[in-house]
Amino acid sequence: MIRRTVRYLDARTASAPLLKKTLRYAFPDHWSFLLGEVALYSFVVLIGTGIYLTFFFEDSTAPTHYHGPYQALDGTEMSRAYRSVLDISFSVKAGLLMRQTHHWAADVFIAAIVLHLMRVFFTGAFRKPRELTYYLGVTMLILALLEGYLGYSLADDLLSGMGLVIGYSVALSLPFVGANFAALIWGAPFPGSASFWPRMYIAHVLILPVLIGTLLAVHLALVAARHHTQFNESQKQSERRVIGMPMFPAYVPRTLGLLFAVTAVLFLLGGLVQINPVWLWGPYHVGASTNGAQPDWYLGWLIGALRLVPGFDVVIGHYTVIPGPFWGGALFPMIVFGALYLWPYLEKRVTGDHAFHNLLQRPRDNPWRTALGCALVTWVTLVFVAGSADRVAVYVGLSYVGQIWFYRVFVWIGPVIAFLVAKRVCEELVAGERVAKIRRAAERQTEASLGIEPPGT
Amino acid sequence: MSRFKDTVIAGIVLLLGRGRRTREPRIVPPGRPDRGAENILLVLFACSTICAGGAIAVYALDRIGNQTQYLGLSLGLAFAFLAAAFVVIGKRLVVTEELDEPYPPEGHPGVQAQLDELVEESGERFTRKRLVTMAGAGAIGTLGLALVAPAVSLGPAFDLRSFAQTPWRRGRLLVGEDGLPLKADDIEENDFYGAYAAHADRDQIGSPLVLVRLPVSQLQLPSGREHWAPEGILAYSRICTHAGCAINLYRKPLYPPAEPRPALVCPCHYSTFDPATGGTVLFGPAGRPLPQLPLEIARDGTLRAAGNFSGPVGPSWAGVRDRKASS
Amino acid sequence: MKRFFLFAALVLAPPAAASSPGVVHARTGAALYAANCAKCHGPTGEGLKAPSLRGVGERAADFYLRTGAMPIARPGEQPEPSRVLFSQRELRQLIRFVGSLGKGPPVPKPQPAKGNLAEGMRLFTDHCAGCHQVAAEGGFVTGARVPPLEGVPAVRIAEAVRVGPYLMPMFSPRAISNAQLDSIVRYVLTTGHPDDRGGWGIGELGPVPEGMVTWFIAIVALVATCMAIGKRFGR
Repeated sequence: MIRRTVRYLDARTASAPLLKKTLRYAFPDHWSFLLGEVALYSFVVLIGTGIYLTFFFEDSTAPTHYHGPYQALDGTEMSRAYRSVLDISFSVKAGLLMRQTHHWAADVFIAAIVLHLMRVFFTGAFRKPRELTYYLGVTMLILALLEGYLGYSLADDLLSGMGLVIGYSVALSLPFVGANFAALIWGAPFPGSASFWPRMYIAHVLILPVLIGTLLAVHLALVAARHHTQFNESQKQSERRVIGMPMFPAYVPRTLGLLFAVTAVLFLLGGLVQINPVWLWGPYHVGASTNGAQPDWYLGWLIGALRLVPGFDVVIGHYTVIPGPFWGGALFPMIVFGALYLWPYLEKRVTGDHAFHNLLQRPRDNPWRTALGCALVTWVTLVFVAGSADRVAVYVGLSYVGQIWFYRVFVWIGPVIAFLVAKRVCEELVAGERVAKIRRAAERQTEASLGIEPPGT
Repeated sequence: MSRFKDTVIAGIVLLLGRGRRTREPRIVPPGRPDRGAENILLVLFACSTICAGGAIAVYALDRIGNQTQYLGLSLGLAFAFLAAAFVVIGKRLVVTEELDEPYPPEGHPGVQAQLDELVEESGERFTRKRLVTMAGAGAIGTLGLALVAPAVSLGPAFDLRSFAQTPWRRGRLLVGEDGLPLKADDIEENDFYGAYAAHADRDQIGSPLVLVRLPVSQLQLPSGREHWAPEGILAYSRICTHAGCAINLYRKPLYPPAEPRPALVCPCHYSTFDPATGGTVLFGPAGRPLPQLPLEIARDGTLRAAGNFSGPVGPSWAGVRDRKASS
Repeated sequence: MKRFFLFAALVLAPPAAASSPGVVHARTGAALYAANCAKCHGPTGEGLKAPSLRGVGERAADFYLRTGAMPIARPGEQPEPSRVLFSQRELRQLIRFVGSLGKGPPVPKPQPAKGNLAEGMRLFTDHCAGCHQVAAEGGFVTGARVPPLEGVPAVRIAEAVRVGPYLMPMFSPRAISNAQLDSIVRYVLTTGHPDDRGGWGIGELGPVPEGMVTWFIAIVALVATCMAIGKRFGR
């Protein structure tokens, strides 16, 4: 059977050599190399559940009245988009499971990308010759953030509307072209023209997924072209030779296991843990709002930044030049992503290291990079945590204003502390290893000079 | 005929070769069978099958309570058992060999040189290379622009007048959430009220207002707004000047001597505005005051706008002029 | 310097620790009032360092005392719901006594069963969600914490709407009619047991707890899976 299939395909595609090569591709083994696959498989679940949802979602803001099983919204005026999401949650069998699994998959997708990015950064996997793979990865992260934001917005519930108007404000705040840019996207001043919802929808279900999928394919092709990196674990690994298990038979069952594990976690969460219960939020209107409105976790750093930056519009005469939301909502992410994009270049420039690297570094092997990375992570994380200061005020009782002032100072001190601590830890670890190595060598020498047989011979 | 011959020969080889180890070198190295792992695998597959069947049953049964939960649980467990099964296959039932391969070479200098040569030789017949390149780039670039230009149809990119428009003008009636006209007597101290422009789209950023009443003695409005708050009734745009969220928080002290002063607060980033002083910012990231709408009380007691806002409504943009919004 | 300490105290203070003074127990309403309230509200309820109680009626007394929001340590401090230290008998007597200080409104009798749930949700969104969060999970307004409304009985909700405690606006029957109030109360009561058809409700707060589940449950589980599948080495 298999032999017949292989013959049939090879005769028509001449792909047997390629297939053989692919099946014997060597995968170096380490658990952290699987983080990217967690993101990949979350994307697979996103596509699957997303296709299901498209069969029921309506991309229209035309007004309608809800009459359905959910009593608290009975007779309430709302958009057709929001009503269709209520129907998916209440009236479509398995609809709520698919919706929730889709949303959890989005949250996990981006979390896995962030972890994967951190692994790549702290082990130096982005170095020559893999810079392009890295740039594509960072780009996919940005696209994923945008894609998640659009999904959150499409439901047209109270939280999504508040998120959209904040996004609109940030778009407006771009220097010089803000209003022109927002006019193109929204088609009219907020809440936008009637075609805005179809635009968001086509971007969410076609343009961005296709873009991400294409970049993903190139990303994987580039990984394969240059082969995986590996840790210098034993004497066998080197810059010239890769040690790993073959795709088939060893790796395929492992990676299928991971695919099913990701799917399992996402379906379990989708069925057992409620996510974005839009029926509790009610519909959005320009004049409506709620306390405690938050974006999904992956945009939490931006709401934190918007809350932390003190009111500061650049105004010349009577004309606004740069409105306040620009600093936290646009400049801050530009700096973070700018740093990520520039890093491979900067590192080459500063260290003068233009060599090929197939061996990974452990974080401790490069204290400067590790320390700077820790500082960046700390900076973003502190701003992120500041975004939930209002919830801390409600549940722990700490003053919100006090917290905001604390963070306004500490987001600058924290990264410095993180830098110093991380650098010191790396250096101490390396020094400890060096001492242990010297001691072992000395012991061996002593043993040899005393004529003691080394054990095990 | 030859197929028959092949089969016969293969059969003979098999018969003779039994028990001997002199075959072609294998691709995958041999490993010992593991009955224990195989048993676990069979159990895991069985569990997965049961759970997946359960999922179908849960889907089919309509009267079951918590259908979403049981469906998620059964599907999730089916996948979890399958995941465990494949991990068992990978770690215990197939051979995990260690391949040792060379990395691809850093580059292919010979081929690189050939590529350079290829391009160079192909262009030999051009005499004015720079001019041709520039002309070609110009043509393609202009064509690209021509193809991108229709994107301007997406929105009024160069006509931003609509961004500064509001439905408010002198005499425009204020209506409440219920659509009925608001009267001055309806507006009480200690409370806050949502209002909209009568006969206008409520879902445009310039429409929603928040109304409060303060004792006239407490007002410290900027000069020129002395008559904007008849009987102490103040109307502000409900849209925050920071990021456009609706201001539905009114901080109203029950006992003013010991408690914070009245304030309008935005729930998104907690910008806090002082209604007594013309909407100035007390705290938070807002960069400019909340626009105030001048009010007048008509003879029938209804509240009407006495003009347009004191400044542009909602979030700012580059080039917005901070003076009266046009109506 | 003083501000710094104030700030430090704000940051370090355990929640609501400052506002739990003990109460003096007594047999009559007058004695309870004299021992626990008169210092700030004045011997005859005329108001000294705190608002006058003449004419606030049993409605306000019932609200503040039965939620445990009164007494507080210092005037101006936020009165927050806490443990009620008076006995039921003492509460009745003290409330009656405060009601007798002037002619004031009685304790309201909301009838949530008569309310319309959807109208209640709309009104709650318009008037209350800005501070209390749309699912009544509580929130923050500059200068005060806004309590969650889970488990608050119908009468307390109606009282709060009419009384407007601390920084909350006060809604008169002209702004919110008694029938509308019934709807609001009905809605708030349902938020205590929301329709969590999606599973574990994680507080009905949306993205913050959802992010925590993502990282602390999903990602932990998946990283553990990766570690089970892939090689770990310590060198």
